[in-house]
Amino acid sequence: MPLSILIWLPAAVGLVAALLPRALGPRVAALGTLGALGIAIGLIADYDPSSGLQHVTDETWIAELGIHYKLGLDGLNLFLVALTTLGFAAAAVAANFRTWERSRLFYFHLLLGETAVLGAFLAQDLALFVAFFDLMLIPFYFLAGQWGDGENRVAAVTKLVVYTFVGSLLMLAAAIATGVMSAGDGQEISFALSDLRERTLGEGTQQWLFLLFAVAFLVKMPAFPLHGWMPDGYRAMPLEVLAVFSGVLSKVGAYGFLRIVLPTFPDASAHFQELMLILAVVSILYGSAMAFTTTNARLVVGYSSVAQLGFITLGIFALNDQGAQGALLQMINHGLVVVPLFLIIGLLARRAGSEDLRDMGGIAFRAPVLATLFLIVALATLAMPGSSNFIGEFLILLGVFESKMAIAFVASIGIALAAVYGLRLFIRAMHNRVGASVESREIALRDAVVLVPLVAVILFFAVYPQLALSRGEDSVVSTIAPAVEVTR
Amino acid sequence: MIAATGPHIDVEALSPLLALTGGGLVVLLVGLLRPRVVREVLVPLLALASLAAALGLAIWQWDADEEIIAGALRVDTLALAFTAFVIVAAAITVLLSWRAVAPREAAHGEYYAMLLVSAAGMSVLVQAQNLVSLFIGFELLSVPLYVLCASEMRRSSSLEAGLKYLIIGSVGSATLLYGLALIYGATGRTDFAAIADALNSVGGPVSDPLFLTGLALSVVGLAFKVSVAPFHQWTPDAYEGAPTPVTAFMATATKVAALGVIIRFFDVALINAQPDWAPALAALATITIVVGNVGAIGQTSVKRLLAWSSVAQAGYMLAGIVVGTQHGIEAVAFYLAAYLVMNMAAFAVVVARARETGLGDAIEALEGIGQSKPLLAWPMTIAMLGLAGIPGTAGFIGKFFLIDGAVDGDYAWLGIVIVVGSAVSLVYYLKVVAAMWMRPAPRSVPVLAGGAVDDPPADAPAGPRAAGGEVTLVAVGCAAGPVVFGVLPGPLFDIARDAAAAMSHLF
Repeated sequence: MPLSILIWLPAAVGLVAALLPRALGPRVAALGTLGALGIAIGLIADYDPSSGLQHVTDETWIAELGIHYKLGLDGLNLFLVALTTLGFAAAAVAANFRTWERSRLFYFHLLLGETAVLGAFLAQDLALFVAFFDLMLIPFYFLAGQWGDGENRVAAVTKLVVYTFVGSLLMLAAAIATGVMSAGDGQEISFALSDLRERTLGEGTQQWLFLLFAVAFLVKMPAFPLHGWMPDGYRAMPLEVLAVFSGVLSKVGAYGFLRIVLPTFPDASAHFQELMLILAVVSILYGSAMAFTTTNARLVVGYSSVAQLGFITLGIFALNDQGAQGALLQMINHGLVVVPLFLIIGLLARRAGSEDLRDMGGIAFRAPVLATLFLIVALATLAMPGSSNFIGEFLILLGVFESKMAIAFVASIGIALAAVYGLRLFIRAMHNRVGASVESREIALRDAVVLVPLVAVILFFAVYPQLALSRGEDSVVSTIAPAVEVTR
Repeated sequence: MIAATGPHIDVEALSPLLALTGGGLVVLLVGLLRPRVVREVLVPLLALASLAAALGLAIWQWDADEEIIAGALRVDTLALAFTAFVIVAAAITVLLSWRAVAPREAAHGEYYAMLLVSAAGMSVLVQAQNLVSLFIGFELLSVPLYVLCASEMRRSSSLEAGLKYLIIGSVGSATLLYGLALIYGATGRTDFAAIADALNSVGGPVSDPLFLTGLALSVVGLAFKVSVAPFHQWTPDAYEGAPTPVTAFMATATKVAALGVIIRFFDVALINAQPDWAPALAALATITIVVGNVGAIGQTSVKRLLAWSSVAQAGYMLAGIVVGTQHGIEAVAFYLAAYLVMNMAAFAVVVARARETGLGDAIEALEGIGQSKPLLAWPMTIAMLGLAGIPGTAGFIGKFFLIDGAVDGDYAWLGIVIVVGSAVSLVYYLKVVAAMWMRPAPRSVPVLAGGAVDDPPADAPAGPRAAGGEVTLVAVGCAAGPVVFGVLPGPLFDIARDAAAAMSHLF
């Protein structure tokens, strides 16, 4: 029940806010996201690491098709749910400090998006997951298309939606096939993840289903070579929206591998392990290389995300406990740094009059607080020892060293590259020669209200990553167990 | 002395059909009266009343399962469900026609009478139980539609649409008739059950070239009517030229009826030849999905776009018939209902905007209505997203159901074709959505947009005028359907299950 409330609260608040007077709607919407954040924090406090799936809701939704409305919380999605509510709360509050045309509709779409993402993270039924996964794109289509930046935003966002939908519709077909084909003689068709895990599929069947799921998740992340929508799509979105899109939605893809692919298709996961690892390494190298050559600040972060999600994929397909745990921790870490990064880019762009790194420079001059906040986030991004990101990447590489040493060596280069693009972003924006139209001024109180808590969470996790690691351990170990079994 | 006895006629089971034909006659006669209020208000009201009566009678007969008129027609849940869909489509068409130009030019009595008779033909078609009644239903549905297409007599594109539909439709009918004759020749029977028996007998005519030719020709004839590629070329032209309410009726009700008869014909009469026709039908479905979706991408007229999209949608639904299972038929019935309301919502918005802007059915007529006309923009948005199969709408569940049926019937690859088609379809559905929400409204709306004076855009001869409350009502009401059934699909599933239960001989 608390999970249903958590999922539907944002959409309900969004609907109410859309009907309220113009001055009130945005405030109510922001309060709604803060309420969801409160529920998520309560769930963390209430979480019992030893008892598996919790707060389970299991209702029959469509009996004829064997689809259940089944939700559940475990160590795998606990912190991702919290990250989602945090990201959306930050975005909604930050958005409140700007005026939007047709603002109530804006918040309605934003909060509908939150509902869909939370639903995808909490769903324990494959069909329900697919439904939420597909649904979450639509509000973002409207957000980018109506309130986005740039002349070509409609074309860009259409490309984004079509690209991702090719993936998610293939997944729809694969999900149905999984449910139908895994039901043995006399068994009812079921899409419940717990049932699918027990029903085994033939290896050949697993392989083509695996590929369809992998395409959906890799597009969503995005990973090389399926990232074609990313540059245009990222340029088209308003930064507040992009913060959650990149910080939170990209994790659904990585989460899908852990939650669905590894337990349901263990043989295929082992079979395609090397392919996935190679794709991950290529993503890391390609993303890093692009991140330190491009000059648009938001694309620097965008390409760095490609690299970071490469690391996460690497950890997942190390197919051992350290790798998967590192991947889960890194998903949270990446979300935590990307959300403030995009908000900071918004602040920088307002000071420099452009999002191009070449127009920036010297912004730190009169803005020590902003510079400090940015520095902390940047150092976390490049996985400075002492940050939680460092622990995440360390665990991932440890895992890969154990399973495929050669790949781990290549991937290690990625850490060095991250330092290059992370520091480049910071130095070109904050230091160097003062840009022609740069006006260096300190962070305003209202921006600090959003950023300081986010940075505080990063610092908290740097000190105490154990919070996520210990709560996630049992679930991670059990979700990858079938695949680990096969590789032995 | 032996009295000549006709077949026993079960009036109760025949009552929905009688209501439609009787209503048609009454409407035709009342339309002859002079007073304007009679023609413009009473006639459509009478049409609505007879549709309501027919719907009520169909629901009253819901549990019936019997052959009537010496086995010519079969009244069962499948027939009644599809008849009910047709009646709903016809009733919505009456509402959309209320202030339209077509009935005024064609005379109200004739217009509505033909609509009712066409609906009666569709009802006969979905009840058809032998080759003769099949063909009678087919013609009874088609002939009034040829006329209705051309009912805006002062607009040349309407006449063109009517003529084109007449010629191509007649070719289709002739092909079908030829095919039916050959099947009769091969099996010696006209009623479906006996044909099925004949095909089942050892050394039966299944591999007889005569039978196979007949089968192929009937597939082609029926394919014309459902606009299955490559027999779809008439569709965009006829849909664009016909008065928009008639287009809406053709896009929905005709599909219901034609798919209904395809279910009966293939899954009853020819079920024992399923290995012969299923691969061919699957190939046709694939071609249809590809052609429909690719054809729709470049369209700038919403009616043409919806025409191409209806071609693609017919392909999706054909997939449910290919597998020849009850599950597949359930999926088709479910999807048809969802498809019907989503299309009606879209056409209602087209009608409203054509009247309000004078821009006809161009996509420009929709620009910026997200801000100015949310009551039209939301229904159109829901219709487009629903047709694309976005979760939260009945379109998603319908597609889920169809793919489920395809995979279940060992046609998993057809499921993949459906999803790839849906992904492509987003390109053009989103184009409409983007026009409504992401483009500014045109600054001044021209009374007549471009073009020669003697060929104004479809449905816009009188320049801007009010859309009429009933059109908005239809749009909002039809858009509520996909959302409600997308979240709580239970009731629609019950209807679909009942409809498929009539095919109890299937697995």
